[in-house]
Amino acid sequence: MSLLEIENLSLNIGSTPILKDIDLTLAQGEVMGLVGESGSGKSMTALTVMQLLPDAAKASGKVRFDGTDILRASEDQMCRLRGDDIGMVFQEPMTALNPVKTIGEQVSEGIRWHTRVSRAEAEERTRRILGRVGLPAAKFPLSRYPHELSGGQRQRVVIAIACALNPKLLIADEPTTALDVVLQAQILDLLRDLVAENRMALLLISHDLAVVTEMADRITILRHGEVMEAGETAPILSAQSHPYTRQLARASMHVPARHPLPSPLWGGSARSAGVGVSSVSVPPPRPTLSTDPPHKGEGNAVPLLCVENLTRDYPGRRLSLFRRAAPTRAVDDVSFSMRPGQSVALVGRSGCGKSTLARMILALDRPTSGAIHLLGKELTGKPEAELKPARRNMQVVFQDPYGSFDPRHSVERLVAEPLHVLEKQPSGAERRELVARALHEVGLQPSDMGKYPHEFSGGQRQRLSIARAIITRPRLVVADEPVSALDVSIRAQILDLFADLNQRLGIAYLFITHDLTVARAITDDVMVMHEGRIVERGRTGEVLDNPQSEAAKALVSATPDLRRAIARRLQEQG
Amino acid sequence: MTAYLVKRLIAGLATLVAASIVVFGVLEVVPGDPARLMLGMNASAETVQVLRDQMGLDQPLAVRYLDWASGMLALDFGKSYTYSVPVLELVSERLVVSLPLALIALALSTLIAIPVGIFSAARRGQTADTISMGAAQIGVAVPNFWFALLLIYVFAVWLRLVPAGGFPGWESGFWPALKSLLLPAIALALPQAAILARVTRSAMLDVMSEDYIRTARAKGMPRRHVLWRHALRNAMIPVVTIMGLQFTFLLAGTIIIENVFYLPGLGRLIFQAITQRDLIVVESVVMLLVAAVVLVNFLVDLSYAAIDPRLRARQ
Amino acid sequence: MMMPVAAPPQETWRTFASRALRNRSFVVGLLITLLVAAMAALSFVWTPYDVTRLVVGDRMLPPSASHLFGTDHFGRDVLSMIMVGSRNSIAVAFVAVGIGMGIGVPLGCWAAARGGIVDEVLMRFNDLVFAFPALLSAIMITAIFGPGAVNAIIAIGIFNIPVFARVARAGALAIWPREFILAARAAGKGKARITTEHILPNIANLLLVQGTIQFALGILAEAGLSYLGLGVQPPMPSWGRMLFDAQTRMMVAPYLALFPGFAIVFTVLGLNLLGDGISDIIDPKLRRRQ
Repeated sequence: MSLLEIENLSLNIGSTPILKDIDLTLAQGEVMGLVGESGSGKSMTALTVMQLLPDAAKASGKVRFDGTDILRASEDQMCRLRGDDIGMVFQEPMTALNPVKTIGEQVSEGIRWHTRVSRAEAEERTRRILGRVGLPAAKFPLSRYPHELSGGQRQRVVIAIACALNPKLLIADEPTTALDVVLQAQILDLLRDLVAENRMALLLISHDLAVVTEMADRITILRHGEVMEAGETAPILSAQSHPYTRQLARASMHVPARHPLPSPLWGGSARSAGVGVSSVSVPPPRPTLSTDPPHKGEGNAVPLLCVENLTRDYPGRRLSLFRRAAPTRAVDDVSFSMRPGQSVALVGRSGCGKSTLARMILALDRPTSGAIHLLGKELTGKPEAELKPARRNMQVVFQDPYGSFDPRHSVERLVAEPLHVLEKQPSGAERRELVARALHEVGLQPSDMGKYPHEFSGGQRQRLSIARAIITRPRLVVADEPVSALDVSIRAQILDLFADLNQRLGIAYLFITHDLTVARAITDDVMVMHEGRIVERGRTGEVLDNPQSEAAKALVSATPDLRRAIARRLQEQG
Repeated sequence: MTAYLVKRLIAGLATLVAASIVVFGVLEVVPGDPARLMLGMNASAETVQVLRDQMGLDQPLAVRYLDWASGMLALDFGKSYTYSVPVLELVSERLVVSLPLALIALALSTLIAIPVGIFSAARRGQTADTISMGAAQIGVAVPNFWFALLLIYVFAVWLRLVPAGGFPGWESGFWPALKSLLLPAIALALPQAAILARVTRSAMLDVMSEDYIRTARAKGMPRRHVLWRHALRNAMIPVVTIMGLQFTFLLAGTIIIENVFYLPGLGRLIFQAITQRDLIVVESVVMLLVAAVVLVNFLVDLSYAAIDPRLRARQ
Repeated sequence: MMMPVAAPPQETWRTFASRALRNRSFVVGLLITLLVAAMAALSFVWTPYDVTRLVVGDRMLPPSASHLFGTDHFGRDVLSMIMVGSRNSIAVAFVAVGIGMGIGVPLGCWAAARGGIVDEVLMRFNDLVFAFPALLSAIMITAIFGPGAVNAIIAIGIFNIPVFARVARAGALAIWPREFILAARAAGKGKARITTEHILPNIANLLLVQGTIQFALGILAEAGLSYLGLGVQPPMPSWGRMLFDAQTRMMVAPYLALFPGFAIVFTVLGLNLLGDGISDIIDPKLRRRQ
């Protein structure tokens, strides 16, 4: 007897079909992974079970939960189920909690509503469940407000709310997507333990095949509102008999074909910074004589980029009118250098200072101290006008394919924007020619020039973003999480494009990412950043296979790996 | 929290000081000699000069500003040029009309608007919502003084329920006095209530689409409970902001409405003072109104801190 | 770190126009606004009667076929006066919005671009102006220069400055941290250039909506000022003044108070509907809510 049975579920919002004939069953104590790319309808499936759909949504088919016909249940009946028998965890912990209520109020509210116990009793139970999810009352009193907690802690509160009454079914909709890998691993562990302790069924929704494989006994793969394949995790993912499953799995593990730069960067030895050794003790990187100069006519004696003892402090919070807290050090004495054509990953947890470092390199933020040289010329402390020649040689690709274009400008104008830095402004015809060339290089049509960004998909926009970055023929492109907002299949294509441009145009990359899979796929060397410092560096493969520093070890062990996960599943499920 | 409030308090005081300089400066450039004005056209040049000396009119600008400003701090607003009585006396006998009028109007507007706004938001898209928001849309467009005329016509001229204007004074008894403030207060309040109801509704709808509302519903809380316990307090932040701004409009509104109803309030006083070029009265009343605005803004900041824990964060 | 997100609703100019025409507030508001504007334009070349001619024999005639809205105590045709009055209302409100936008928007953009002390000073300046309701500054200006339409414009215009400064600043502050601004900075563009190329086009919507709101408020304020005798001076007709004249004659001729009031409500309602319509059409967040 299944706890949750979904049969022939179809859902329309207005006249748009969202779900088509979904079938899904979930037994008590079972973990089901619901996987799909954006727009596949996985969240809508969950909201249908909760009956928290938007007003315009119309569902048909059958959804039975523990003897209740959900689609025909009254709002009162649903109120009794929600929070008591079915709990739900959402994606965005920063906005999932009411900012004007304490965490104690928010957890105990549901307990009191469903069980009618006294306030004191509800508070006692609240303390217990918050303690269970890792927020002991001694350190996190019930009187805390959400803004006093970090993202990971807030997600623990949301989990406490969902699990406070030991629901029979827990629905987790991308519960870790907004968190970094280390937090992700912690939250997944917590969910796994809670589910096992209370024999809950878990419906885990995720776009990440590796996460689902690690967690779920069975998986259901959705695409465009339809079930592609469903069944036991291990056989489905090892056989990969369904073409879409195969496509997803391959894209998740995709490594673009490229020839890594042959010689190591960091002096003679592969590793120079060990555990806990700060970058100060690292000998200044020796520019090596590369065998394959990507740009002729320039010696390699000068490194492409040289960062020396870079530090950035942010002023502390104002404590009173006259007092400020000690400044926070976002970047702490960082030194490194890059050669032309080299692809380097800068990895670290969220808030480790990697984006601040990137902005200083791009001269979008001023360092507190230290120096940055691009092709031997100092960037720090220069007025904007003197930076123009340097800007020509360094461009940027951002994470969000939607936010990185002015929606009111045409593609021609957007892609041509960096031409502003050229000393001699090209004529209209020259400008169009340059834009056409850049579009061609990223696999778009020159005829796309007259379109507007909203006419492109996410992947195409990231191509536009790259076209904009390469139009001035820069020597260095800084890419800040350039693929983390993309679906896996698109991500694979964009990584291929990056690899291809690196080979063809000799552009060096500084890849800022929290995703070690991406770092492994596309970079020669890696730097691991932790609390503003670079704590480990070396060849990407070597560092990621055999991390030395605590920070790198934590990142590596927390990163879900599809291949390993499938192997483990196969052992378990035989 | 204290840091936030101290900062707001200092900002308010700075506004007040700047406003006093502006008011003083503006009226300083006005043509005409107050002493000549007080004594009339027939007075001799010598007597005018004597009075000028008495009033300190020939002293440097900065000295006179400091005199004036420090006088005001000690509640000494000087003497009216035309009535030759202390301005304080004039102002305080008018204040007992204007202040109750503004407060009744504010209370009325709030008591009507907030329930209507919440009710409308809860029944979004239904007939009740359409009707009340349609009424609010029209209410926003109605000038308060025209509305006042209509009220006078219906309730005073036609039904004869209340006097058409004038104020019997509080000494004639609480009810007659209150009765004569009723129509003016309604005329002031309704257009403001229309604005406030619209703001309340849209603030509620904004909040109702937040993630934490979904979290609360996922807990099993019924809609109504979520509306009152979770949405309302968050929605109050924009509502309080608008209420603060509205107080400014109410003050300005009293100037017109008092003229419509012939009420002896501050609005009429300042208006008469202008026509009589009694600048010291103009200065004082303007400063009083500005001070009221600054005070209300500070109260708004206080209530932000009460509503939103992020503002009173422990440091 | 980010979940793949669905594309925000975007569309071409044509679907945008067709949605605009399906928005009831927008269409009704636009029609009313155009009607009032047409009436004002028409009054330059034609009115049913000459508003400067006083006909003693036609005093206080109730509405009839020859005088649709009746005549006032000087025998002037009320409809003609309302038509000419609309000119003044529109002119005063329009110029006042122009002053507010012309000064307020650059100030707001400047504050947002510079931040720090510039921002703080400008915001304090805003507080200062906000502390003087339009009517109060009108009274002060009138106290100095005497009453008149120009003074009404200045008073209302001054009050509009901080309104537009706030809207522009808030809009600009929301745009500045966006990635496309960082991309523009990486292309070496300065703050002034980014403001004109990227910030202004993206806050134009907000400014347009606020513009219609301030226009409507300007008409209300002008009516209030001329009611008090601080606005347009007789014999030039104005809606507020007509209401003032009507007040003492309400027992005999209530229609005198009715029609100018309707004119004000109609105009303001039209502008407010237009503003609501525009913000419905351009704000996807509101759109979702419909």
